[in-house]
Amino acid sequence: MRREPLLNAAVFLGLLAVVLWARATDEPFTITLATRVAILALAGVGLNLALGLGGLVSLGHAVFFGIGGYAMGILASHAQSYSPLIEWPVLIEGTKSMPVIWLVAMAASGLAALGIGALSLRTSGVYFIMITLAFGQMFYYFAISWPAYGGEDGLSIYVRNGFPGLNTLDPIQFFAICYVILGLALWLFSRLSRSAFGLALGAARQNGERVMAVGIAPYRLRLVAFALSGVITGLAGALFADLNRFVSPTMFSWQTSGEIMVFVILGGVARLFGPVVGAAVFILLEHVLGGLSEFWHIYLGAVLLVVVLFARGGIIGLIAGREVRHD
Amino acid sequence: MSLILFIEQMLNGVQFGVMLFLMAAGLTLIFGVMGLINLAHGSLYMIGAFAAAWVAGMSGSFVLALIASLAAAAAAGALIELMVIRRLYDRDHLDQVLATFALILIFSEGTRWLFGSFPLFLEIPPYLSGPVTLPGGIEYPLYRLAIIGVGLLVAAGLFALIARTRIGIQIRAGEADREMIAALGVNISALYTIVFALGAALAGLAGALIGAIQSVQVGMGEPVLILAFVVIVIGGIGSIKGALVGAILVGLTDTLGRVLLPAVFAQFMAPQAASSVGSSLASMSIYILMAGVLVMRPSGLFGKA
Repeated sequence: MRREPLLNAAVFLGLLAVVLWARATDEPFTITLATRVAILALAGVGLNLALGLGGLVSLGHAVFFGIGGYAMGILASHAQSYSPLIEWPVLIEGTKSMPVIWLVAMAASGLAALGIGALSLRTSGVYFIMITLAFGQMFYYFAISWPAYGGEDGLSIYVRNGFPGLNTLDPIQFFAICYVILGLALWLFSRLSRSAFGLALGAARQNGERVMAVGIAPYRLRLVAFALSGVITGLAGALFADLNRFVSPTMFSWQTSGEIMVFVILGGVARLFGPVVGAAVFILLEHVLGGLSEFWHIYLGAVLLVVVLFARGGIIGLIAGREVRHD
Repeated sequence: MSLILFIEQMLNGVQFGVMLFLMAAGLTLIFGVMGLINLAHGSLYMIGAFAAAWVAGMSGSFVLALIASLAAAAAAGALIELMVIRRLYDRDHLDQVLATFALILIFSEGTRWLFGSFPLFLEIPPYLSGPVTLPGGIEYPLYRLAIIGVGLLVAAGLFALIARTRIGIQIRAGEADREMIAALGVNISALYTIVFALGAALAGLAGALIGAIQSVQVGMGEPVLILAFVVIVIGGIGSIKGALVGAILVGLTDTLGRVLLPAVFAQFMAPQAASSVGSSLASMSIYILMAGVLVMRPSGLFGKA
C-alpha cells in the first residue's frame, strides 16, 4: 500500500514531464499523444467510479463518451454555420466556448446516465452488463440513422473551440486544460472514495443485504454513482471530440466501451490511478505495436489475456502490491 | 400496405429470429450451465462463416461448407474452452468480459490477417435459390424458407437433447448444482467442454447460413452477438425456451419496425421527416422492447427470479 501513493505521484508528474520534454524538443505529436492519454484516462476515471467503487460492470460507457462528443459537435457546428440550435420557444445559439460546451456535455450525459441507470440498476450481474451494452448499441444506431448531424459520416469542426484567456490551438495549452481537469477528477475520486457516500457504495458492492439491513438503500447509492460516472465520462467525450475536431458514431460503439473498460482493468480496478496507467500503457502499446504490425490488436488481445488471467489487480497491483480487499 | 408485403416481412422477421435463436441458444446454455458470459460468441459465428465460405470456394459444395462451419466453430470453441475459458469459471463477470473481449481482438485480427479485409462471398446453392410460391400467391425466397426450416429443426433437436438424453440430464443437473453432480461421478470439465463446443457449433452454423445472404467479413459477429444478448435478456438468461420466444420477438419487432414505423409516421408527417424519424425509431425499437420487458420482469420472460 505504501508504494501506491509514490507510484501515483510518479505517474502524474511523469505525464507532465513527457509533455515538457516534448515541448523542449519540439515534438507536437508526442504532446497530442499525452493529451489523448489524459482525456482517455478521464473517461476511465468516470468508469472507475461505477466499476471500481460501485462494482457496476457497465459495458455501455461509450454512451456518455459519445453524448459528450456530440454535445460539442452539435453546439460547435451550429456556431460554425451561424444557425440557431432551437428558435422556439426560446432562441438557443450554438457556441464555440469550451466551458459552456462542457456544462452542456456534463448535463446531457448525466441525464442520460440517470435514465439508463434507473432502468439498468433494477437488474444486476450479467443482466446489467448486457443491458448497458444494449443501451450503448441503441445510441450507436440512433447516431447512425439520425441524418441531421452527419449520420454515419460524423461531424467535422474546423477550428478547435476556445477557452477564455488561452490559445487552445497551441497543443501544450490544450494539454494543460485536459491535465488540470484530469487532476480535478482524480481529486474528486479520491475524496469520494473516502467519503461517507463512497464507503457506503463500497459496502453495497461487497454486501448489498447488509447495507440494506443498516438502513441504506443501495439502489440510490448506485444510481448516484452511475450518474456521476456518466458526467465525468461525458466531459471526457467533449474533450476528446475537441482534440480530434471530429465526432462520429464510433464514439458510441461498443468497442469504445470495451476500451474504456480496458484502461481501468489494465491499470487496476478501483485504484485511484488505475485508469491513468491503463490509458498510458494502452496508447503506448498502440503506438509501439501499431508501428510493428498492422495487426497489433492481436498483441493487445494477448497482453490483455495475460493481465486478466495472471495479473489480477492490474499493473498498479503488480508494482505496488495487492491491496487488502475484504471481499 | 398490402397483405402480401406484410406476410413477406413477417417471414423475414421469423427467419431473422430463428438465426438469432441459434446464437442465443449457445449463449444462454453456456451461461446457464457454466455461469459464463462469453463475448467471443460473435467470433465463433464469424469463424463458422469464414470456414463455410472458404470450403465452399475450394469444393463448391454447400453441404460440405455447412459441415465445415460446424466443425471449425466447434473446434475453435473447444480450443478456447480448454486454453482460456476454463480458467474463468470461478472468476467474477468482469474478468470474463475482459478475457473474452481480448479473445475477440485476437480472433478478429487473426481472421483479417488470414483472409484480408475484403469480404468473402458464399453463394446460395442452385437447388435452394430462386423464389417459391406459397399458398395465397406469395413469392418468397426458397433459401430464407430453408433457413427457417433448419432453425426450427435445430430448436426441436436441442429441446429433445436437453429433455430426453443422458447428456441433457447432466446439463440440467449441472445448472442446478454443479458440486453435486461432480460428486455423483459426472466428469464436469468434459461436460463443460462439450456444452461450450455445442454452443460454438450452433453459432458457427448461424454464421454460415447468414453468410450466404450477407457478406462474410471481419466484425460480422459483434452486431449479432449484441442482438443475441438482447434476446436472452428478454427471454431470461439460462432458458432455452426464453431464447426461442425472445429471438422470434426480437426478429419480428426489428423487421416489422423497419417497415411499419416509417409508414406510420408518413400518415401525419412530411415523407422525408417521416422516413428519418421512422428509421431512427425502428433502429431503437428492440432496445425499447427490452427496456419495456425489464421494467415488468427484471429477470426476463422465462427467467428464474
